[in-house]
Amino acid sequence: MTAAVTTGRTGRVDLDLILDLVEPSARVLDVGCGDGLLLEALVDGRGCEGRGLELSQAGVNMSVARGLSVIQGDADTDLADFPDQSFDYAILSQTLQATREPRTVLRELVRIGRHAIVSLPNFGYWRVRWSLLATGRMPVTTALPQSWFDTPNIHLCTIQDFLDLALLEGLVVERAVAFDAGGRRRDIRSQRLANIFGQQAVFLLRR
Amino acid sequence: MVDGPLALPFYPQALPGRFLTLPELPLDSGQVLRDVRIAFTTHGVLAADKSNAILICHALTGDQYVLDTHPITGKTGWWSTLVGPCKPIDPQRHFIICANVIGGCMGSTGPRDLDPATGRPYGLTFPVITIADMVRAQAALVDWLGIDQLAAVVGGSMGGMQVLQWAAAYPHRVRAAVPIATATRHSAQNIAFHEVGRQAIMADPDWRGGAYLEAGTRPERGLAVARMAAHITYLSEPALQRKFGRTLQNRANLSFGFDADFQVESYLRHQGRSFVERFDANAYLYITRAMDYFDLAAEHGSVAAAFRGTRTRFCVVSFTSDWLFPTVESRQLVRALTAVAADVSFCEIATDRGHDAFLLEEPELEAVLRGFLNGRDRSRGAS
Repeated sequence: MTAAVTTGRTGRVDLDLILDLVEPSARVLDVGCGDGLLLEALVDGRGCEGRGLELSQAGVNMSVARGLSVIQGDADTDLADFPDQSFDYAILSQTLQATREPRTVLRELVRIGRHAIVSLPNFGYWRVRWSLLATGRMPVTTALPQSWFDTPNIHLCTIQDFLDLALLEGLVVERAVAFDAGGRRRDIRSQRLANIFGQQAVFLLRR
Repeated sequence: MVDGPLALPFYPQALPGRFLTLPELPLDSGQVLRDVRIAFTTHGVLAADKSNAILICHALTGDQYVLDTHPITGKTGWWSTLVGPCKPIDPQRHFIICANVIGGCMGSTGPRDLDPATGRPYGLTFPVITIADMVRAQAALVDWLGIDQLAAVVGGSMGGMQVLQWAAAYPHRVRAAVPIATATRHSAQNIAFHEVGRQAIMADPDWRGGAYLEAGTRPERGLAVARMAAHITYLSEPALQRKFGRTLQNRANLSFGFDADFQVESYLRHQGRSFVERFDANAYLYITRAMDYFDLAAEHGSVAAAFRGTRTRFCVVSFTSDWLFPTVESRQLVRALTAVAADVSFCEIATDRGHDAFLLEEPELEAVLRGFLNGRDRSRGAS
């Protein structure tokens, strides 16, 4: 927390990349904002006007106690309340794979925000592929730490799957960055390679 | 302006605090109230740029003694859990204003006062007032204090209704709004409970058609029953069970009579008795009526329309066990605010203490209020 306050960084590579993608002073909605780590860095470090939506009431109350504007709500049902294009960025970090209707949620993000930023774990990552191939069991990795019966992730996808969906929805992918387990970034020029070597990916999209 | 203590006819004792008299106040009913006295207290020092004023709105049976010892009950201020040195609302940092609502009975003009036109107590000739009328009077007070914009307006229950009315009627004068355990309209169930209370008062022969002051009587039994019924709605079944269960009061066996066998009965009787010492029966009728009439959507077309274009920051708070102003009503308010792209936070706090939780020690409420008022964005915080 203190790191975010003093440096405007979160200490998490995917969140720090999101910080870099957001223009200073922008209006930002962080969907699934947890305890407010990214939101705090956006407000303090980037001078953003930040709002959050979070499923867990404990996360909401913790965020509000930290001076952030957050309401309790569910990405699957409560995004409909937000007016069109009311934010510069609608961010969904590490949550799309846990929604019931990822396609609808993605549509809502680009409706509410002029840009959407989506980050997700890549199920095409080579360790995931290897784990399934070698053990014959659902992969458990650092990015996907829970067993199949515990995981909230009900709609896992690969980088290529997500880009296919974006194409299907007619979205413009303004930026796509994958990073490996060491946190090294690689812009997705070769989708095939990124889909193998990227453990996580962050996408900047618009309608 | 008068600095108290002020002795008023029909009051048990002189009231400390400050008193401002307005020549007149136009009311929603179309009537105009003359020589309107507003009883209020202030704490802290108004900053040179007047940016640190926080208005606190009290609930149905509350008053202006938010921080001071109550002149009648001798109890500490009713919101000393949240208001006080080093509390989220802090007289060392904020200029804190709290006024008795008009229609009330702690010094602001109400049915217990003398009608300047007749020289006799208003009683039921007092005009019916609304939440908007209460807020209009507060706005006049804030004007008189020379304050253009309030850093925050904060209140629970009926106080929360006033907070919402402030934000809807004077959006540019409210930087931050904290409506706690409240709703944008009084529900049918809540109107029903109020009606039970009013009928209890009016059924008391000592009420005398509302003219009990001149008759020299007091409808104490009716008012006590009204309070007892209302008090149940402020608690929760689990809290009553935890606090009292079926425990007997000062006895080992049932009396096979109608004494207060159970502790919960004795507790309610005590609540009723102590309430009549500090509250006026007609004021109870008028203030409950004002709550019943409150309906932001009816006034503006929809709740969203009431707040369209608002720049006020909102922090809506509800409590899990509050069945008088349940979370679902706060959530409707939050949805309406979201729909107009308002800056809104919403916290539901887990507690079994029911509606009254907003008046009690709730560490999470304190943390949330402190965080919200300080704000991450310093340019828009209340400090």
